[in-house]
Amino acid sequence: MASGPSTYTPSNGLMRWLDARLPIVRFANDNLLTFPTPKNLNYSYTFGAILLYCLVIQIVTGIVLAMHFVPNAALAFNSVEYIMRDVNYGWLLRYIHMNGASFFFIAVYVHILRGLYYGSYKDPREVLWILGVIIFLLMMATGFLGYTLPWSQMSLWGANVITNLLGALLGTDFTQWLWGGFSVDNPTLQRFFSLHYLLPFVILGVSVLHIWALHHVGNSNPTGIDPKGPQDTVPLMPYYTAKYFFVITVFTIFFAFVVFYAPNLFGHVDHYVEGNPLKTPAHIAPEWYLGAFYAMLRAMDFNFLFIDSKLLGVLTMLGAIGILFIVPWLDTSKVRSANYRPVYWWCFWIFVADYAMLSWAGLQPAGVILLQTGVGADGAPTGFSITHLSQIGTAYYFAFFIIIMPLLGLFETPRALPESIAQAVLGKKRGGGAAAPAGAAAAPESRV
Amino acid sequence: MRKIIIAAALTLGTVLPFGAAQASTAGAEPPHVDFSFDGLFGTFDRNQLKRGFQVYKEVCSSCHSLKLLAYRNLKDPGGPEFTEDEAKALAAEAQIPTLDDAGEPTTRKGTLADHFAYQTTPQEHATLKGAYGSIPPDLSLMAKGREHGPVYIHALISVGYEHEAPEGVTIPAGGNYNSIFPGGVIAMPKPLSDGQVAYAEKEIPQTVDQYAKDVSAFLMWVAEPKLEARHRLGFGVILFLGIMGVLFFLSYRRVWRNVDH
Repeated sequence: MASGPSTYTPSNGLMRWLDARLPIVRFANDNLLTFPTPKNLNYSYTFGAILLYCLVIQIVTGIVLAMHFVPNAALAFNSVEYIMRDVNYGWLLRYIHMNGASFFFIAVYVHILRGLYYGSYKDPREVLWILGVIIFLLMMATGFLGYTLPWSQMSLWGANVITNLLGALLGTDFTQWLWGGFSVDNPTLQRFFSLHYLLPFVILGVSVLHIWALHHVGNSNPTGIDPKGPQDTVPLMPYYTAKYFFVITVFTIFFAFVVFYAPNLFGHVDHYVEGNPLKTPAHIAPEWYLGAFYAMLRAMDFNFLFIDSKLLGVLTMLGAIGILFIVPWLDTSKVRSANYRPVYWWCFWIFVADYAMLSWAGLQPAGVILLQTGVGADGAPTGFSITHLSQIGTAYYFAFFIIIMPLLGLFETPRALPESIAQAVLGKKRGGGAAAPAGAAAAPESRV
Repeated sequence: MRKIIIAAALTLGTVLPFGAAQASTAGAEPPHVDFSFDGLFGTFDRNQLKRGFQVYKEVCSSCHSLKLLAYRNLKDPGGPEFTEDEAKALAAEAQIPTLDDAGEPTTRKGTLADHFAYQTTPQEHATLKGAYGSIPPDLSLMAKGREHGPVYIHALISVGYEHEAPEGVTIPAGGNYNSIFPGGVIAMPKPLSDGQVAYAEKEIPQTVDQYAKDVSAFLMWVAEPKLEARHRLGFGVILFLGIMGVLFFLSYRRVWRNVDH
């Protein structure tokens, strides 16, 4: 599975016997120890390892929390408080799990944006990218399901909003089937709990495929050119494992700071109010990591042809995720890395800001006026609202993929690429330019 | 230039989504209060928690329950830390509804295992609902279930009642104007007045403002009883991770020392 020929030689008769029957030691050797990794990967390439770490944290804390949580509409809220008060270190487990979801998404956003910046989805990594998008989708589903479990006001009404969205697309019969009744109620909670426990293991399974695909084709790298030989790579162990230990510790420091000193930073106060089906909260907000998609949903406040605004919103939101699947074929540029694409570089960073703006807009109450220009007939202020801002943001989001990506590849003039990774590294060391003597490329590997 | 743009984009990406201010129909911004549990090393002030408990017991508890708080919690470390005997004595003051051997409703003395759920009988629910139009909310998580938490509670029960309703705001029968409460009209009448609760500590002012501060601090402890343990453990964890991070960084640099990258 690892790219390149296997470097494993069994050391004795027993290992040769095992290797002929189940080459598990060879597998570990080739994938965890000697796996050739480009030597110019920067810190943005460590987030894959961080994500695996996040997944393990969520699964371990989640399994222990499930030992104490009661998935019942009458008891769930108090069982969470029981965990917070009476279970030994239950408050720690729950705060880790709750904030772990947010840090999981911080890491996944860096990981995805790194992929977009360095063109990591391009030939031959299309399947690797698609598997990643599937994981992202599964993460959103899992995050949403987990959000409903404490059965707080936010849980209950969030579940209402999202399931009704699916209803707009698939009809009332579908929503009732999903709810297990005529409203979000106990059967809904029980099945959401069951699915919330299931999906992380599906994520784990798809992650195995994702890593398999990665180890089959090898890592991309900041230059976007393929390694040309051993002078361009280092073995995973100890070079990148040492780096992972360091970055995971730094990541955990930020994580621990939130868990211990601002555990409700990412949450909404309505998470501490027990769910009441008779009382709609003034403002229903999704978790921050789904804010952009929620903003795109709400941006569609107009009808289009025969499609009404509600259905259009749902289609826009699903399209925003769906479009990620075809990114490898939308981008026509032969050059992978944005470091060598001056125009794409700008478009990419505007896209980052655009996504951040949408994430923010999605958390705001709908219809807030940002720039008042007048007063409507009913006395309410009119002008440039959150909805208008979201519409601009949504337009750029789609334009980035549908217009900018295909056209830039045809019209943009990329900068000159270095000859090889080793040469690019040496060029950087010498203080700029890609002009390093070609002969120097092979030298530094002698002591590796 | 590039660096500035990257920094700006990243700042937008990290700061904006969390700075989301929820405006809607919120009441006035509550005035800030400094609490002893603020900050990284914040702890509860035991005496303040005891005073806050006294205010809760003598004033709030006639209508509001604390379902998530048990009498045994009063002696827990990190809380008001009453002695076991004091907590038992406080529990014994409560009359807990139960049934006698003949199945007739009666009451018994409270124990450490009982919770602060006063309005448990349907009759009491009906009385409160008749008086206020709704059942007064449980206060167990109030300090976490409202924007600004204890600062909001302090303002709501003190300065919130200090202003007359502005022109054009009509107060329905049974309602009271409160500048802090979202919407401005609250069913709860002004709950505190100066000198209402007799503190044993004579040097503590017996004013509405002080009562409100004390009971807000108490409710923060009720909502987040493991706050002190959390602050303490966090310090150790982050210190440990910091040292480990430095060691990992040095070993990372050492592993890569002969590789151009």
